[in-house]
Amino acid sequence: MKTRAYYKDGLLTIRFDGELDHHSAKPAVRVIEDGIDTHLPKHLILDFKGLSFMDSSGIAVVLKAFRRMNELEGTVSVDNVPAQPQKVLDMAGLGRLIKIAAGVKEA
Amino acid sequence: MKAVNSMKIEFQSNSANEGFARSAAAAFAAQLDPTLDELGDIKTAVSEAVTNAIVHAYPDTIGKITLKARLFPNNSLDLTIRDWGRGIDDIDKAREPLYTTGGEDRSGMGFTIMESFTDKLKVKSTPGRGTTVTMHRRFSTRAGRE
Repeated sequence: MKTRAYYKDGLLTIRFDGELDHHSAKPAVRVIEDGIDTHLPKHLILDFKGLSFMDSSGIAVVLKAFRRMNELEGTVSVDNVPAQPQKVLDMAGLGRLIKIAAGVKEA
Repeated sequence: MKAVNSMKIEFQSNSANEGFARSAAAAFAAQLDPTLDELGDIKTAVSEAVTNAIVHAYPDTIGKITLKARLFPNNSLDLTIRDWGRGIDDIDKAREPLYTTGGEDRSGMGFTIMESFTDKLKVKSTPGRGTTVTMHRRFSTRAGRE
């Protein structure tokens, strides 16, 4: 999986491409934490558009990002979430903590 | 019920094999002409079971894991993930949502997801001897299928 960080005007966007599982979670968390510590953003977007698969390891990744941003009094949202990762996020009820936006269904 | 087809693979408990195992299960299940949603459920459930074996059964060693799949004539599938690792002391506790011994890297949702994404989940474990997780899932019958 590829995880890339983009920063502009207080907004840090992390783009996920590929499959997020226990194997790929650690490097992903490193990219997120490095991005937050470097830029101290006001808002963090986890962009899941390219995320083709996620298991419960992804729940822990999102929660970690949420806790870190909470310490900085910043906010987090998860954007462009495809159906399969959405189903896993729903299991953990993460929608109560974080704004989650579904991805546009591709034709 | 007699299986109409089956497969078994054995692999090491390297985390790189999590993707291999769920893809193999999905490729085998493709014979049932599943929907994208059903395929996603199978991949997720297998990923959880295999990750449990890698993280909890063999915390400091590399051990053996097997994945078995059996296909039944009524469009259903049995998936069995087995390890010969540490075993689970309290299965009821391990199956509780949010319970984990894995610290903040783990969500504690593994068994809950396996349970919700399949129709039946059975866990057998002997401390020091290993764990066997069996999941059963029925697939929808779609128009146009034989």
